[in-house]
Amino acid sequence: MTYIAKPKVHHPSLKANAIGLTRRDYEGAITTLCAGCGHDSITAAIIQAFWELSIPPHKVAKLSGIGCSSKTPAYFLREAHGFNSVHGRMPAVATGANAANGELIMIGVSGDGDSLSIGLGQLCHAIRRNVNMLYVLENNGVYGLTKGQFSASADVGSTAKKGEANAMQPIDGVLMALTLGATFVARSFSGDKEQLVPIIQAALAHRGFAFVDVISPCVTFNDHEGSTKSYAYTREHHVEVVQADFVPPREEITTEYGSGAVQNVMMHDGSWVKFRKVAEDYDPTNRDAAYTHIREHQNKGEVVTGLLYISPDSKDVHDQNETVAAPLFNLPHEQLCPGNDALQKLMGQFR
Amino acid sequence: MSTRVNDFAFKIATANGTGSASANGLIMQAIFRMGVPVTGKNVFPSNIQGLPTWYEIRVNKHGYTARTPHFDLMVALNAATYAKDVAEVRSGGYLMFDSSWPLDDKLRRPDITYIGVPLAEMCNAQFKGVRERILMKNIAYAGALAALIGMDTEIIAALTKEKYAAKKSLLDSNEKAIALGYDYARANFDCPLPIHLEKMDATKDSILIDGNTAAALGAVFAGATVGAWYPITPATSVMEAFKSFCMKYRRDPETKKKKFAILQAEDELAALGMVVGASWAGARAFTPTAGPGISLMNEFIGLAYYAEVPAVIVDVQRTGPSTGMPTRTQQGDLMMCAYASHGDTRHICLYPADPREAFEFAAKAFDLAERFQTPTFLVSDLDIGMNDWMVPKLNWDDSYKPDRGKVLSAEDLEKAKNFWRYYDHDGDGIPQRSLPGVHPKGAYFTRGSGHNKYGAYTEDADEYQEVLDRLDRKIQGATKAVPQPIIKHTPGAKLGLVTVGGCHAACVEAMDLLAKEGIALNYMRVRGFPFGDEVEQFLESNDVNFIVEQNRDAQLRSLIMLDLGVHIEKMHSVRYYAGFPMSAHHVISGVKAKLEKVA
Repeated sequence: MTYIAKPKVHHPSLKANAIGLTRRDYEGAITTLCAGCGHDSITAAIIQAFWELSIPPHKVAKLSGIGCSSKTPAYFLREAHGFNSVHGRMPAVATGANAANGELIMIGVSGDGDSLSIGLGQLCHAIRRNVNMLYVLENNGVYGLTKGQFSASADVGSTAKKGEANAMQPIDGVLMALTLGATFVARSFSGDKEQLVPIIQAALAHRGFAFVDVISPCVTFNDHEGSTKSYAYTREHHVEVVQADFVPPREEITTEYGSGAVQNVMMHDGSWVKFRKVAEDYDPTNRDAAYTHIREHQNKGEVVTGLLYISPDSKDVHDQNETVAAPLFNLPHEQLCPGNDALQKLMGQFR
Repeated sequence: MSTRVNDFAFKIATANGTGSASANGLIMQAIFRMGVPVTGKNVFPSNIQGLPTWYEIRVNKHGYTARTPHFDLMVALNAATYAKDVAEVRSGGYLMFDSSWPLDDKLRRPDITYIGVPLAEMCNAQFKGVRERILMKNIAYAGALAALIGMDTEIIAALTKEKYAAKKSLLDSNEKAIALGYDYARANFDCPLPIHLEKMDATKDSILIDGNTAAALGAVFAGATVGAWYPITPATSVMEAFKSFCMKYRRDPETKKKKFAILQAEDELAALGMVVGASWAGARAFTPTAGPGISLMNEFIGLAYYAEVPAVIVDVQRTGPSTGMPTRTQQGDLMMCAYASHGDTRHICLYPADPREAFEFAAKAFDLAERFQTPTFLVSDLDIGMNDWMVPKLNWDDSYKPDRGKVLSAEDLEKAKNFWRYYDHDGDGIPQRSLPGVHPKGAYFTRGSGHNKYGAYTEDADEYQEVLDRLDRKIQGATKAVPQPIIKHTPGAKLGLVTVGGCHAACVEAMDLLAKEGIALNYMRVRGFPFGDEVEQFLESNDVNFIVEQNRDAQLRSLIMLDLGVHIEKMHSVRYYAGFPMSAHHVISGVKAKLEKVA
């Protein structure tokens, strides 16, 4: 992982967002991933999404586990605290950070090894708890840093670089998330920034765990013929069911679409997600239908993408816990310590 | 047996899940309220219902609280363990049994007195339904005991009323059951027995409390807001107590919203991960667990040590290795807590000896964890954690201000020229820290991978080592901040007795008994790790030291050797590690055996 910072000198003509920051202000260190890595495109989409939303970078906490994907938080939002934790355990760290400070805008970046093998349990339970965070799973079907072993998301029959075919059933993060009651589920492709940016924005507006699986080809170990996570395969087989547009709070919905093809879902913070349906009758608020739709296409060898499911009445950890509105981490001690009078009164119970 | 007042022990044998805990609690509390020093040891199985369980009560006017294995009276109510229970009675002692059924002749011993009380018969006649009959049988024995050992009936009546104030029907049946046992014993035996109670005035400034409850209170008073845990015996009641205290003290009076968050994790790995995340974000966070949990937490312990994130871990030790005996006590995690995780690590450990210290050290652990930005262990054990101890009332200094350590505020960061996360600004090895969401200049990348003093990733040999060496200095600096050892010198003594944690009770008693035999000892109980100069000086000042602890491998002795370099020749090991709390006789026989060998 590098710490060579990109130059911060801005071209005067760079466009500023609502809080006066340019896209450059949302960047991080220079990537050390392979040239052409899908993860770098996702990093670019994250930068774009945060910049467009005019989120102050230091209000963000970016967390990750271990692996190629988990290096990427160093490459965006240099003014945000980062936490490169241990392999597969980022969800727990994120859960704790969120418990301490519910005001942090949290993004977790993980990979298919980190999320679906060593960290499968933690991912499942973060979904169940509905921790308020954006969780990006950069999915390439392969272990990169250890040079090319299959991951748990590798499809049956998909081949490794040297020709060996995977025999085991894949774990599909999207189907799993739907089954576990995830309140926001999306799948996208690193090569489709137009689709990905609004999904990330909607995920940030979502109150709860927003699971975004992004097919992100590994150019070095899994971009060959025979791989089902290559650029070529994904371009050819991905089928968009809905196009999500993100409309921030207080902005008017201006775009017009043909009637019946649009569905609006209001987010917790007053923003809207407009779904432009590519597949007819697809209802992104119907969990079971979403599941069936994805499975039907999978059986045809197709990869369904888009913001696939969103629960309009999501309750996150703090809603469930009924935590006070102020972040716990800086509540004044007087509010936390009952004091000696209370203690002496309590002592009566122990006699 | 000659008369012995306020100095005896008895044991109650029942089956798990039959309500005997209420009766045993009642007996303990009644004795305590008579002003007589008392301790209880719950010897329970890893089971919900049916397996044998025992409760041992020691009454001692001198205030000795260690377990004694010599029982003057056995209340044998579990036919499954009769033989074992009969065998455990001290010669000349008593055995009370349920005489609803005849006692097998094989269970008769000529040297003990049998007291038959037809508990089942009486309760079957007086109560309806199987459940109530069983429960009331287990209250009726308390009544019989009350008569036999001379418990104050008014105190018992008052306690019963307090306990069942909200449930009139339960109060009635309990009162009836107690009277059944009491009246029967009075009518049929010479009450009280020669071993009995008389009112004293030795408990008015004390309480009866278990260490888990006390540790939870420490966490509440220290201002912990995030608790993450995975249920495990014997640590479960720490979080249960924390929750109930928080529900009482930590809810907004109007909205009822909570000023705390309790996260029941999917496993111990996640539990500590949550603590690390919460502490990183600036909250006081902790996790209670036992040895198997610490094994799982090793990964995050190393991260928190290296990335310098505070974390409070309460280890209520049980017997190991592996699952071991989950409901028995041991001090088997001393080494693991001190050096948990791969690579070079060393952790701050606090060793309470009783519930009062569990309270104080729990609070202290948060200050140390935040000041030194590192995992800090409260190393308790099942005996301290789950048994009721008589300790002085807990006290809290209202002038206490939490030591949040070197956390930079938004203003500090605004003024600062540079913020370098791992830079030794003050020469004490402790760097400055920033919290997420506070100020853009505070941003840095927390990582368990190699980093330099500026907080950047590194694979440079010198940069890496510089940080590692500073960490060592930082932890060494904690020697003066951890609770200092308790040291007691005896004039003329050349031998030292050294111990840790709950063995204190046995050591204190043993020292008095040994002194009577002319064996004078200096005493030291270590209370914090890393060890400081005082510990070393004490060990070096004695010709020989006896290191008393509850594990097979002499872990405390190893820690002392590793940390201070004290020679093994200076330290004889005295150990008991079979799962019960240590008794004075373990210490005495260990010391004597070594002395004979030396002589």
